[in-house]
Formats: sequence, structure tokens, C-alpha cells
Amino acid sequence: MKYWISVAVFLILALAAALSGVNEYVFYAGYIVLTFVVLSTAWNILGGYAGYVNFGTGAFFGLGSYSAVVLFKALEAPLIVQIIAGAAIGAALGFAVGIMTLRLRGIFFAIATVAILFIMETLMVNWRYVGGATGLQLLRPEVMAPFGSYTRMLFVVMALLAVIAVSVARYIQVGWIGRGLRAIRDSEEAAECSGVPTLRLKLFACVVSGALMGAAGAPMPMYLSFIEPASSFSLNWGVSALAMPMIGGTGHWIGPVIGALLLGSIQQIVTVTISNEINVLVVGVLLVLFVVLAPDGVVGLFRKWARRSSR
Amino acid sequence: MGAPLLQVKAVSKHFGGFTALSSVSLDIAPGERFGLIGPNGSGKTTLINCISGSLRNEGGQIVFEGKEISRLPAYRRTRLGIARSFQLPRPFHTMTVLENLLVPSAYVTHLRDSEGEVKAMEILRSIRLADKAHALASQLSQVELRKLELARAMAAEPRLLISDEAMAGLAGAEVDEVLQILFDLNARGITIIMIEHIMQAVMRFSQRVVCLDAGRIICEGTPQAIVGNPDVQRAYLGA
Repeated sequence: MKYWISVAVFLILALAAALSGVNEYVFYAGYIVLTFVVLSTAWNILGGYAGYVNFGTGAFFGLGSYSAVVLFKALEAPLIVQIIAGAAIGAALGFAVGIMTLRLRGIFFAIATVAILFIMETLMVNWRYVGGATGLQLLRPEVMAPFGSYTRMLFVVMALLAVIAVSVARYIQVGWIGRGLRAIRDSEEAAECSGVPTLRLKLFACVVSGALMGAAGAPMPMYLSFIEPASSFSLNWGVSALAMPMIGGTGHWIGPVIGALLLGSIQQIVTVTISNEINVLVVGVLLVLFVVLAPDGVVGLFRKWARRSSR
Repeated sequence: MGAPLLQVKAVSKHFGGFTALSSVSLDIAPGERFGLIGPNGSGKTTLINCISGSLRNEGGQIVFEGKEISRLPAYRRTRLGIARSFQLPRPFHTMTVLENLLVPSAYVTHLRDSEGEVKAMEILRSIRLADKAHALASQLSQVELRKLELARAMAAEPRLLISDEAMAGLAGAEVDEVLQILFDLNARGITIIMIEHIMQAVMRFSQRVVCLDAGRIICEGTPQAIVGNPDVQRAYLGA
């Protein structure tokens, strides 16, 4: 109940801000932070709950972007259709990755996800229809009624996607599915012998995670009015989507949200005040600090503190 | 002997060119206490991996309660009533002891958490692990880990329990404690296959013993007959 009230308050605030006179830049930056909330939450369903580390977030994200562009170019499909298509393609790729978990675990699975990223990028580089390596300039359609600009509208759309992603992750975590995924992370053999249908659960986690990543990628071309393969399939998406849950805490749905808000905001501030290049450094340094000093993330630190003060 | 609970019919398994099991056949009766012995590398663990579904057998059939199960994935076999413990304990180490037991109660017996917890606490009390219910599995001692393996298997409410070296590495009194747990389970009607290197424990526990060597059954009989068998002595001590 408390959760749903917070969700409602968040959505109302996001909408109210978008309709108010707040500076356009806030939405421009906020959109990216919210994208990271979706990506890190989606990553955590597979990486945090089930323990399968995915470095290929960019493959899902980029494929979502390209599905949107193809639909837009071919049919002038509306944004909602683009997002649904991005989610569907992301889910399909997730299914394929899920099948891989039959044979690949640990570091080998992680390496395979990087390979998938490069394969997807290469495919798009060689596809003339979507602009190949140089990319494609896109003309945004008219903005919908209550919004003053397209960026403001996209901000609200991404806020909605973030709420959907977090709600799905929360539902999975607290229920029997989450317990099964945790069992898989701890020992796949023991999970199977405790009646957990490991393959089915892993496929489920991969599909849900992939769908959310694909959906997060779909509005990106409209946000930039541009698409090109190198940034769409950048390894940085995967590194951030992994670092944020690690910093926030992987065991709880709030972990990736905290991580994304914290790291995403710092990145935006650093981009403006220092430089775009320092961004990646910030992610790296924070990740190393947390892995060494607080392996259970912000959530873990908070729990430790709560336990100490309750004594 | 009525209809067997478990029938292993001419089961074979190879790893590359190595024959781990060659045409092994066994019948296990409902309620039986069955011992499986053999030197290292004789195929004991391979055989129970084939029975529990962690490995697929190549030739032959495995029949449980009249149903051919050798093509079913492990989780389906657990749901049919075959539970096992692991030789090297494989706890869900980020969960508490109680949560470990809630995995099978959610996935096998389909209990709600509130009901599952009541049942799990009963199991933990029966094996004297209740005081550790809320401890993380990663904080348990060796004997507690062995007990957790058995407790988690019991939470699946099996009709057949396979205990894979549940006593390896334990001290004398601890062996007796685990042995007593297995006797108690058997008294409640659970059929038990015990794999063990501690001869004294297998011989005390089992009604019938089979000895494997190099993937074949070399001898079958009462514990007394097994100990006196020259083939068994040769397999263990060398010619």
C-alpha cells in the first residue's frame, strides 16, 4: 500500500513538473537518469536475483532503439507502438540468451553477452535501411496535447516505464519466483533438486529483463532525433546497468533504483560541470569503492546501520 | 516383496571413453533401508545422479512407482517424491536455514509461506537444528550443514531419500546423531538409499547392501554377507 502511494505521488510530481515552467534541461537530464533506473532494475532481475551477469545491456537497449526506428521509418508508428515493439524484440533476444544459460554459467555467460552486443552492433552497421554506420537523422512528430515539448513528454513516458520496471522487479522479488531465482544463484543443482524448474525460471528472468531493456531503448532515437550504432550499442550501457545495482544493492528492488538515481545524477552533474569523459571514470571509481568497502551496496550499509541502532 | 518403489534397469553411463556405469540393475522396496558402497570412482554418485536426474542415463530405464522417469528433469523427479542430499553440502548460502526449507515447500509441496514455516520448524526441531532457524546458511558448522542438507530434502516430503555421504568428515558422536535422524525418517515410512564410506554406519543402518566397483555391481546381500565377500574385500583392499 505504502509502495503504491509512493508510486502515485512520484507519477503526479513527474507530470506536474513536466507541465510546469521548469527549465527544459531538467527533463533532458532526468530522462537519462530514469532510463538508467529502468536499465539497472531490468539488469538486476537476471544479474542480482538469479546471479547471471549480463554485460550486454547495450544489445537489448540498442535493439529496442532500432526496432523503434524501423517502425517509425516504415509506418510512422506512434511512440507507444515503438515501445511495445522494442519490448517484444528485447524479450525475444532475452529468450535466446536464456537458452544460452543451459550451457554457459559465470564468466562464460558474461563473455557471451558481450559477444551478442558486438554481433548486434555489426548487424546494424551493415544495414543500409537504418543508416548503417553513419546513422539516421529523425524528424520528431508533433508533440501530444498537454505537453509543451517532446522532451517533456518523453520524460513522463520514461517515468511511467520506470514505475512499471520497478513494480515488476518488486513483484518478482517478494514472491515465490524471487525465492526460486535466489536458489538458482546460490546453487543451481540444489535448486533443481528442491523442485525449482531452473530452466523455466531463468528463461522467465531473461525475457522480462530483456523486454524492459528493449522498452527503455525504444524512445531513445526520438529523444536524440538521431540514431547511430556505436552509441546505441555502447558497452557503457552494460557497465552502468551493472554498476548501479552493485552500488545500490542487488538483493532488494530498491537497490538498483538508489544506484541509478545516485550514479545517474552524479554523471549528469559531472557532464555539465567537468566533462563528458570523466563520466565513465566516476562509474569505475565508485564501483571499485563499493565492491571493496560495501559489497552489499547502499541497501547493505543501511541494513547494517539499522541493525546496530536497534541494539 | 511387493511392487518395488524404485527399479533401476540396465542403466549405463559413459563420460567420454570412461565407463562410469555399465548395465546396473537394482530394485528397491518401499520402506527399505538400502546401502550403496564401493571404492572411490566406482560409480556410486553417478548412479544416484542418474536416479535424481542431475545426469541422464544413456542405456536402460529408471522406474519410480511404476513410472518411467529417466527422461524427466530433476525438478519433476523431486516433485514425484525423490529427494537427495549432496555429498558436498550445497546450501542456499545467502538464505537463512528456514528460508532454505521454504524453497522446496514453495516448489514441491506448494505451501504458502505461513504453512511452510510451521512445517519447516517441525522438521528443524526433529533434527535439533531449530535454534539455527534464523541463522544464515553460510554461518553453519560442518555437521549443521549436513543436517540442513537432510532437512531441505525432507521439506520436499519425499518417499525416497537419497543420502549421499551425509556423514563424511564427521566425528563419532555426530555420525551417531545423523544416523539416528535417518533411522527416524525410515520409521516414518521413507525409503532410504544411503551412500557411505563409513562402513560401520552403513552396516548398522542397511537391511541390504550393494557394492559397486568400476561401474558394476559386484555383490549384493545382507551387511554380514557383504563384509565376508571376497570380491568386496578385493575391491577395497586390492588383490
